Amino acid sequence: MRRSMLFLPGNNPNLLINGNCLGSDAVIFDLEDAVAPDQKDAARILVRNTMRYMDFRGVEMIVRINSIDTHYWKRDLDEVMPYKPSLILLPKTGTPADALAADEYMTALEQKLGFEKNTVGLMPLIETALGVENSFAIASATKRIQALFLGAEDLTADLQCKRTKEGREIEYARTRLVTAARAAGVDVYDTPFTDVNDDEGIVKDAELAKALGFTGKSSISPRHVEVINRVFTPTQKEIDYAYEVMDAIAEAKAQGKGAIALYGKMVDAPIVARAQRTIATAEALGIRRDMV
Amino acid sequence: MSKVVNSIREAVRLAGLKDGMTVSFHHHLRNGDYVLNMVMEEIAALGIRDLCVNASSLFDVHLPLTEHIRNGVVTNLISDYISGGIGRVLSTGILPNPIQFRTHGGRPFDISTGKTPIDVAFIAAPTADPMGNCSGKYGPSACGSLGYAFADAMYAKKVVVITDNLVPYPMQDFSISENYVDYVVTVDAIGNPKGIVSGTTKITRDPVGLVMAANAAKVIQASGLLKDGFSFQTGAGGATLAAAKFLKDIMLKEGIQGSFGLGGITGYMVDMLRSGCFRSLMDVQCFDLKAVESIREDPRHQEISALQYASPGSKSAVVDSLDVVLLGATEIDTDFNVNVHTDSNGYIMGGSGGHSDTSAGAKLSMIIAPMFRARLPIVTDRVSCISTPGRDIDVLVTQGGIAVNPKNGELTQRLKAAGLPIVDIQELKEKTERLTGKPAPVPKGDQVVAQVIGRNGDLLDQIYKPL
Repeated sequence: MRRSMLFLPGNNPNLLINGNCLGSDAVIFDLEDAVAPDQKDAARILVRNTMRYMDFRGVEMIVRINSIDTHYWKRDLDEVMPYKPSLILLPKTGTPADALAADEYMTALEQKLGFEKNTVGLMPLIETALGVENSFAIASATKRIQALFLGAEDLTADLQCKRTKEGREIEYARTRLVTAARAAGVDVYDTPFTDVNDDEGIVKDAELAKALGFTGKSSISPRHVEVINRVFTPTQKEIDYAYEVMDAIAEAKAQGKGAIALYGKMVDAPIVARAQRTIATAEALGIRRDMV
Repeated sequence: MSKVVNSIREAVRLAGLKDGMTVSFHHHLRNGDYVLNMVMEEIAALGIRDLCVNASSLFDVHLPLTEHIRNGVVTNLISDYISGGIGRVLSTGILPNPIQFRTHGGRPFDISTGKTPIDVAFIAAPTADPMGNCSGKYGPSACGSLGYAFADAMYAKKVVVITDNLVPYPMQDFSISENYVDYVVTVDAIGNPKGIVSGTTKITRDPVGLVMAANAAKVIQASGLLKDGFSFQTGAGGATLAAAKFLKDIMLKEGIQGSFGLGGITGYMVDMLRSGCFRSLMDVQCFDLKAVESIREDPRHQEISALQYASPGSKSAVVDSLDVVLLGATEIDTDFNVNVHTDSNGYIMGGSGGHSDTSAGAKLSMIIAPMFRARLPIVTDRVSCISTPGRDIDVLVTQGGIAVNPKNGELTQRLKAAGLPIVDIQELKEKTERLTGKPAPVPKGDQVVAQVIGRNGDLLDQIYKPL
């Protein structure tokens, strides 16, 4: 379950050491944009040691490495792969070949470390016009890919438009990415809302992302985590409905019926799949069915 | 008739101050206070020696006092709080007798009973009239409440009011009445407004502080105490203030109107009053300009004396009606004893103030502290100084979990039921030490430099000269 993903600058020890207390389902240790070129090696060591010594139970560890057009990315992977981050966030993924290049190096590292293939997942960061247009092909490039991730700041620069709070300039990219990810059977995460002082703006932006079909949303501020978690937590109504769907399916099965309707709507495979996802999230959060 | 005399020196003479007597001061002018230094300079010039200074708090602005100690003018010190700069000097053992630390409630109680009698009280007053009626609400050096000065005025044998804003008799809306006052002295300035109150008190932006603050607000919400009539005190620290903000949001959302906010009052508590979270504020001390303005303008914002605030011997004190208090700690041990007196090297850098008074009185006493500061863990096996005994502390909130005093089983169940991250304090200590390592004990010398006296007069602990 990843409702929220919080970026933590790889060169900020105070935040790294407290990263498991800030409430997000996942943290993204950032070795890329947050870290100046002359601090890349220090950040790499700090992140490696955080993963090695800190207890992050209950909080997933993701690492944003540098993009494959830099000379940092392989060294980034060399340092962090031994500590099994759940995902590597690969910036500026524009083509399936970019994802495959990372996959190939990660496969080699996994062999060297004696890990099973795909122990560490890959999450392409789509933040160029080319990446958006290639999003389905990227999402389907390798089984290592578990999710797509939208990065709106770089994307709007590439699109030569202004990034706004309302986000009309990224409407197409958002819906395109959700569609591509769902078509490829992977998750999809929304870009951070960057105004850390706009408490209403983050609510609207997170609600929009959920309405569009995103699995969760990233954040650059710990202050946004609680809102994101709240928005991406299934409501009691959604949870109750999911259980009703599963009850209806069980009943249909018991009665030997092939199809069944609930509240006048046919319960088909996608509805069942969604109900299962909702129940899995609710169970992970310890939310029970409302027995009224 | 006028009680105005020409100078501080004349007032000291007229008051009959002699060797071995006790003089007192309040600390409402905080780090902007000129009065203590001005008075002590005159006393020293008169050749008076072997005095006891009973000051409700001492700040670094009072460093000249250490010279009077070295010269034998002052040989005893009673205070509730001593800040880090002057505390460091006093920790080296320059006084021939240990400092007696009291609490904000214990100090006025002991003054009122004659246990620590005051011969001459010097009361810095931002506004006064020629007969000695005075107030902290008005004038260029306004500090708001004069709460800590009341007991001194009421029980000292002689009382000298020192002001830089003398107004015609009778002044309106006075705090301390003329019938306690013997002499009035005017001076150019009683303090530096910049050091008296801060412009604004700000909520922390530190994400770890905000996590602790949010958890603290959730603990209050889950405690069962947050309902109409709720009463609350918080400090002016960044994280405790942020907790007040989260609490305000909950109270407004749920339409809860509390009875009173207590304490040292900040602009943030004023906001809570104005937005309807409380019916009133009970104010023993103002921390910022907004609080000063509010106590002057808003009748719901009530000045109270330290006796009413926290005296353990009053027929009742406001702390006895308090539901929740949020406090800080420099250390807390696995028995929930709290240190707010000494730093990690054993030097004096604070004091109980109202810490142990409110902890003893409140139904729920909460400490907010990070698991570690710099490289030092906050939870220890035994605090280096017991400022507030663990029996009076209910909950410790850190970013790594919430520890509940085992004496409070029902609260543990309530907080667990609310889904809050409850952790055993021993486990919290071990979890922190896995990151920081276990610090070596700070070596102490043999000389006792201070005694920590609990609000009921019991000796809680002793502070030794660091090696």
